[in-house]
Amino acid sequence: MRLSTRSRWILRAGVAVTLAFIYIPLAVIGLYAFNESRLLQWPPPGLTLDWFGKAFENEGARDALLLSLEAGALATAIAILLGTLASLAVARYSFFGRETISFLVILPIALPGIVTGMALNATFTQTLSIDLGLFTIVTAHATFCIVVVYNNVIARLRRMSTSFEEASADLGADPWQTFRYVTLPNMRTALVAGALLAFALSFDEIIVTTFTAGSDQTLPIWIFANLSRPNQLPIVNVVALLVILLSAIPVYLAHRLSRDESISGRGASAVAEGTAVP
Amino acid sequence: MGRRLADLFYGRPRLQAGALLSGPVGWLVIAYLGSLAVLFVASFWHLDDFTSEIERGFSLENFETLVNEDVYRSIAARTIGVAALVTITDAILAFPIAFFMAKVASSRVKAILVVAVLMPLWSSYLVKVYAWRTILSEEGALNWALDPIGVSVPDGDIFRLWLVMSYLWLPFMVIPIYAGLERIPDTLLSASEDLGARPGTTFRRVILPLAFPAVVAGSIFTFSLTLGDFIAPTLVSSTQFIGNVVYTNVGVANNLPLAAAFATVPVVVMILYLLIARRLGAFEQL
Amino acid sequence: MSRFRAHPAWGPALILVGLAAVMLVIAGCGGDDDDDGGGDGGEAPSELGAGEGEVNLIAWAGYVEDGSTDPKVDWVTDFENETGCQVNVKIGNTSDEMVTLMRTGEYDGVSASGDATLRLIEGGDVDPVNTDLVPNYADIFPALKDQPHNTVDGVNYGIPHGRGANLLMWNPDQVKPDPTSWDVVFDPAKASQYKGKVTAYDSPIYIADAALYLREHNPELGIENVYELDEEQFNAAIDLLKQQKESVGEYWSDYTKEVEAFANGDSTVGTTWQVITNLLQDEGANVKNTLPSEGATGWSDTWMISSEAAHPNCMYMWMDHIVSPEANAAVAEWFGEAPANEKSCDLTENKDHCDIFHAADETFFDRIEYWTTPTKDCGDDRGENCKTYDEWVQGWTEVKG
Repeated sequence: MRLSTRSRWILRAGVAVTLAFIYIPLAVIGLYAFNESRLLQWPPPGLTLDWFGKAFENEGARDALLLSLEAGALATAIAILLGTLASLAVARYSFFGRETISFLVILPIALPGIVTGMALNATFTQTLSIDLGLFTIVTAHATFCIVVVYNNVIARLRRMSTSFEEASADLGADPWQTFRYVTLPNMRTALVAGALLAFALSFDEIIVTTFTAGSDQTLPIWIFANLSRPNQLPIVNVVALLVILLSAIPVYLAHRLSRDESISGRGASAVAEGTAVP
Repeated sequence: MGRRLADLFYGRPRLQAGALLSGPVGWLVIAYLGSLAVLFVASFWHLDDFTSEIERGFSLENFETLVNEDVYRSIAARTIGVAALVTITDAILAFPIAFFMAKVASSRVKAILVVAVLMPLWSSYLVKVYAWRTILSEEGALNWALDPIGVSVPDGDIFRLWLVMSYLWLPFMVIPIYAGLERIPDTLLSASEDLGARPGTTFRRVILPLAFPAVVAGSIFTFSLTLGDFIAPTLVSSTQFIGNVVYTNVGVANNLPLAAAFATVPVVVMILYLLIARRLGAFEQL
Repeated sequence: MSRFRAHPAWGPALILVGLAAVMLVIAGCGGDDDDDGGGDGGEAPSELGAGEGEVNLIAWAGYVEDGSTDPKVDWVTDFENETGCQVNVKIGNTSDEMVTLMRTGEYDGVSASGDATLRLIEGGDVDPVNTDLVPNYADIFPALKDQPHNTVDGVNYGIPHGRGANLLMWNPDQVKPDPTSWDVVFDPAKASQYKGKVTAYDSPIYIADAALYLREHNPELGIENVYELDEEQFNAAIDLLKQQKESVGEYWSDYTKEVEAFANGDSTVGTTWQVITNLLQDEGANVKNTLPSEGATGWSDTWMISSEAAHPNCMYMWMDHIVSPEANAAVAEWFGEAPANEKSCDLTENKDHCDIFHAADETFFDRIEYWTTPTKDCGDDRGENCKTYDEWVQGWTEVKG
């Protein structure tokens, strides 16, 4: 699309403002990671690297980080599985109540966290009588992560012409083979995008997790418990900063993966778009 | 074995669909919806006047309290109002960058921007709220930056929450709009140009209508996340949202009935919102 | 026919109908809430057996430190080594959270604040404690024993952990002269001078602070027990708090919030804990505090044992350990409160610790009204007419608006 130079510059300015808005508070967090004082004053009275050392020594932080990574990975895996199953069913078959699935799947994330948390807690502790811990955390997270994978995959499935799958069947492949060799590769990047978002959701979730974690501490729970203790506050800032920096890696990798797809698929999908029934 | 199963499912699309769905739907319906149902049954119970125990008789007492007492109405109005404000703000903030990413940026810049927008999702919500607390404080960064202009940060709780929550949920709005704009074929935009429309007209009459479902899709997140939050109001303001009232009634007060009753408000609002959003085609754009 | 079936509203309608049906069924069956009823279900054991190998606690942050926060701060590891009871702790951020967690029956014990203790007792979530089985109980300050917030009809329900007061703190640069009364935050004429800079504790229990003020300044209301307020007294307290709100800049629930508010100039006068004052002074802020003439509310946390404790012996061992002179000194210093054990005062690293926190100063603590859960029974000739905690919660919701 051709824009006048003036429009271009206005657009660029808008982008810059938004990016600044997003990153300045993160920069503030980064600055406080080096803060000499235990209090969050502005401007910080001095800078020090001490807190980094303390953060690395802190067992609670390490354990919490590991638990969050573990829970996130497991929840994402389950969400991928269930989300794919559900989206395959909805995109490729018609049955009574099909319209409802999209609605049902989005409920756990659309309803307030405290409601979902209380409901799941009641289910775990009273109806099912199971102990709260990693299993319940993963289950709770998977419940609201399903929708993220589901939406990405179903969008892709809807854009994917079924003629490939039909051709595969014509050539003698059974449904499982068709899925493995035709459908799955085309879904790959949608799965990656969904998985990434699901992991991020799980990694940072606090409200539902508080109700379903028992004595275990995921990173957000650890942060919550330590933010209100001035002795620990600087360590929390260090941990937060490190997490932000480290997170660039998976996000970048994921984007590389989806970029390859879009370049090769661009022509095909554009045609599909144009002829698709809205 | 695989072949046997394939044979079983062959020609039976409903069985196939059923097998695919049994896992997710089973869990969601039985465990999640079931426990939601139990929760909302509680809203019809009440606390016994004498023993302060939960009485299981049917009563509309809690809903009467919510409707008659001014404070609950104003809290609900405040929560929904801020949610709407945040949603509109995020839509406006997200659109330029999403448009730039989808239609203007080169693929290298696009990659950088996607990473740049997604990275904040990984930084802890709590830490971000704490950072904002210091930024907005009397001697904080914002006042320090505005000092030369002679302006100072407005005092209101609503202002603070609006600012902080718009900040927190912005990435959730950018991504769906970006995805939605990407799906608009360039050919359409060229066609509009060829027909003599100026960029402003193309934007108004071609892009905006096509992108609208995506905006609604993003708004589902910003609206619901604001509606249900109670941590940010506690940390950044002195005011209460629906979630705060639910939270304080559930613990020591043991007033689960009142809490459950008040919790129905955001649930009903969200279900209505979702129904409208689906009508507007947002579900295809998530 | 097919168009009818395919109508998009069917789905959600189906869900709602299904939900309603489930709800009716459950309402009919009575649901799954298992209240043990009353407070006299459980009994304290008469002797202890061997440790069960682990103990699950709910505690305030800083009460159960095992070295993972700071390697030098650890009074759990030696307990684990001596008794073989592995300690698992769930940090509660608020009393509400702790009560909700205790109700699940999955924990052995909790360090409950006074605003939660009676609720736990009444709900049958905790059992009485046989103090004979806790040897270190003998050395606890007598003034902490048999307090109304953890003793019902002469039956002890827990072991005191420590205590502290809700003092008045101010920034001397902004607030002059040095206040000696709570009127600086409650009297509209004075509080409005600091409009937007007054702070107060964000919890329904703060209503008792308003009642404390009214007890002195509005004696016609006849307030004696600030936690047992009848209709008239309660409404007066709520009105006072609504008036105070006009001067309040922010309420604080976690103490970091207040520390930063004073350090950043957002607050200049209000309720505080000693540990907050210490922290601010450590970081160079100019603040002072005092116990005002009307007295103050305070808190004394209690270790309570769950009525569904899976590891009661380990829990008793823990309760004995946490009030032992060494452990109690360590936690009192780390958390910032007065220890419960008399002998701890000789063992703190900072020799002035007990003086700063008035640990042995009974004239100080005589003027403190410890947090306790408001109950229906006024405890005097007014009978069963007092406001319960859930009514306090609704009142507080109204105050904050």
